[in-house]
Amino acid sequence: MMPALFQVLPLVVIWLALGAVGIVIQAYVRNTKLVFGYYLGTLALTAILAVVTAGAKGTMFSGMITTGGYANFFDVLFCSAGILSMIAARPYLQRLDGELDEFYTLLVSAVTGMMLMAHSNHMLVTFIGVELMSISFYVMSGFLRSDIRSVEAALKYFLLGAFASGFLVYGMALIYGATGSLEFGAIGSAVVSDALRFPVLFAIGATLLVIGFCFKIAAFPFHQWAPDVYEGAPTAVTAFMSTGGKAAAFSALIPIASVVMAGDSVVTGQMQLMVAIVSAVTMLVGNISAIAQSNVKRMLAYSSIAHAGYMLMGIVNGTTSGSEAIVFYATAYTFMQIGAFVIVGILEREEGGHLQLDDYAGLGKRQPVLAALMSIFLFSLAGIPPLGGFFGKYLLFVSAIDAGFTWLTIVAVASSVISVWFYLGLVVKMYFTEPSGDTSESPSGIAAITLAVSTVAVIALGIVPGWITSVIRSWPPMLTP
Amino acid sequence: MTTPVLLFSLFAIGAIASAVLTITRRNPVAAAMSLVGHFFMLTGLYLTLNAQFVAAVQVLVYAGAIMVLVVFVIMLLNVGNEQHLSEKPGMRKTVGTLLAVLFAAQIIGVTTARPTGMTALPDSSVAIGTTEAIGQSLFTTYLFPFEAVSILLLAALIGSVILAKRQLS
Amino acid sequence: MPTTIPLDYYLALSAILFVTGVVGVITRRNAIIIFMSIELMLNAVNLTMVSFSAFLGDIAGQMFVFFIMAVAAAEAAVGLAIVLALFRKRQTVYVDELNIMKW
Repeated sequence: MMPALFQVLPLVVIWLALGAVGIVIQAYVRNTKLVFGYYLGTLALTAILAVVTAGAKGTMFSGMITTGGYANFFDVLFCSAGILSMIAARPYLQRLDGELDEFYTLLVSAVTGMMLMAHSNHMLVTFIGVELMSISFYVMSGFLRSDIRSVEAALKYFLLGAFASGFLVYGMALIYGATGSLEFGAIGSAVVSDALRFPVLFAIGATLLVIGFCFKIAAFPFHQWAPDVYEGAPTAVTAFMSTGGKAAAFSALIPIASVVMAGDSVVTGQMQLMVAIVSAVTMLVGNISAIAQSNVKRMLAYSSIAHAGYMLMGIVNGTTSGSEAIVFYATAYTFMQIGAFVIVGILEREEGGHLQLDDYAGLGKRQPVLAALMSIFLFSLAGIPPLGGFFGKYLLFVSAIDAGFTWLTIVAVASSVISVWFYLGLVVKMYFTEPSGDTSESPSGIAAITLAVSTVAVIALGIVPGWITSVIRSWPPMLTP
Repeated sequence: MTTPVLLFSLFAIGAIASAVLTITRRNPVAAAMSLVGHFFMLTGLYLTLNAQFVAAVQVLVYAGAIMVLVVFVIMLLNVGNEQHLSEKPGMRKTVGTLLAVLFAAQIIGVTTARPTGMTALPDSSVAIGTTEAIGQSLFTTYLFPFEAVSILLLAALIGSVILAKRQLS
Repeated sequence: MPTTIPLDYYLALSAILFVTGVVGVITRRNAIIIFMSIELMLNAVNLTMVSFSAFLGDIAGQMFVFFIMAVAAAEAAVGLAIVLALFRKRQTVYVDELNIMKW
């Protein structure tokens, strides 16, 4: 048993560190600094173990989870996002007088949920992972209890998130009935061998599953919650849930989509078309709505909707090259979006002050370093070379053309051009207008570490993308039905 | 009319009626009580499917624990009747309701065509519904999700304390 | 007690119950009743799972139901805590009275 357990060390360690040791420490030690350090160490150790065990590929626990390769890559990504958000959250919460030890506990439990989603090889594990992540996010959105916007965001997120979970499990139930199994491999082989008991129910189930995931990744037509929740939640939380949460939903969606659309089953063509339409409308709606926003947090929220649309292009492709593109883009997106939101958090004042576009006027003169970093993140989000976002977009566009969806790529290029409008608009505002109103300095504290790491990552992903794509290409094909 | 048909009709009609009552009552306590009734109707349906253990847990967890919590919160907040059930029917609500009804019509249309052709429970359904079979499965095949769900309950516990506690030191 | 009720009837019934829940979520304005409507949806899913499980003679569906129940209990605790926190700030549980963010 012991050697076998080696494969799942990342999951076991984070589970023990959170559920057994962390709680005991927190019960006896009321020292936020120590708890912060402990959970930071937990995430770092988990990430290291994920790298160490990356070669141990296989399934564990009666086929419940997969280990190695793909899943471990996402483990490292989630842990990095968690560490970066945690470091940035500490000064932010201290400034707003909302720091409690439990924030870090919930952040780590959200990371655990994300890891379950990436490791999942069974609908049940996916469901538990989604719920663990979501429940942690509901509470984290409402963490600033004295701020009414935070509490309202939590309520809205909770009601719509639970509503979406209903669709997700109904889809799982119908797929279970149609294929007789909840395990990805068995579902895939039932689809490929055309052994579906009830093809109609399978098609409805797959559609409901996609609806459920559209809610989680904030894709059209279920994106309405995202701007409100992202705006109302504490900015440090928004940074984490708009990146880690989205990457996690995609890490769960890629294997599921690959089994549901396996081979040339009855539903493959329809599913492709459906996802393609959702993808096209999502990026158009996200980018066009972002232009009209005057609140920076809201603008970034709409842009994150558009980015979900871009990533769906890889699902349309449905092959390995599509999932490679999503993994790369999710990685780049995580760093650039965390960076942008962390800067927004640094500049923010109590009760949602300093979030308007006009508050960014003349930032280039007042805080040249922050303005320069913000410009890098915005350029990367807009997909301007040579930054990480450009290469990711390129991979996604190619994958959509490969799948025969040239019209989708045209829409994507057009909506990218639209997005340049508001990203550059903010850069222009920072550099070419005079400062107005309150121009006090905003110290970044240890959030500077997050910004430095994110900047290096965004630039590195753009200049030497080969390093990460070779890692991604070393994995075996996702599905072996 | 044979006994199974009679039982199914009774529980099915009861379940639909109590569900409709739940979403139409103005008084939240009345809605909660209808929901408890709904859970009992589902318990009956589970028994017609030979799922004894699920039926027992349904009563214990849903009717016994979750609904007690809901009623407790309703009482604590002292929420009165809604003056108007919903705001004026907006575009979104109308479209949403229409879509939902359309979806139901589609499923019913699909199922009345008898796509499954399964008319009788297999004999093995008796064996899988027992406490023994469930327990066996829970601690072997489903060990990993079982352990994973413990973290979920822990997170929910911490989260609800954080949000609901009056004073945080 | 072998039943002569076909699987399709159970599926149609759970679809009706699911949609009842969806309509409740869409039309009601009391957050607690919206939450109860979500419970209706989850219970409809449970019924689907148990029917498939019984008719296929496969235990996986029933196991899934237990986990849905555990998650529903966790959601109940967190959701009601959020409602409580909102009530402290705003003295309301009606979602259309959330004025800072449009519902």
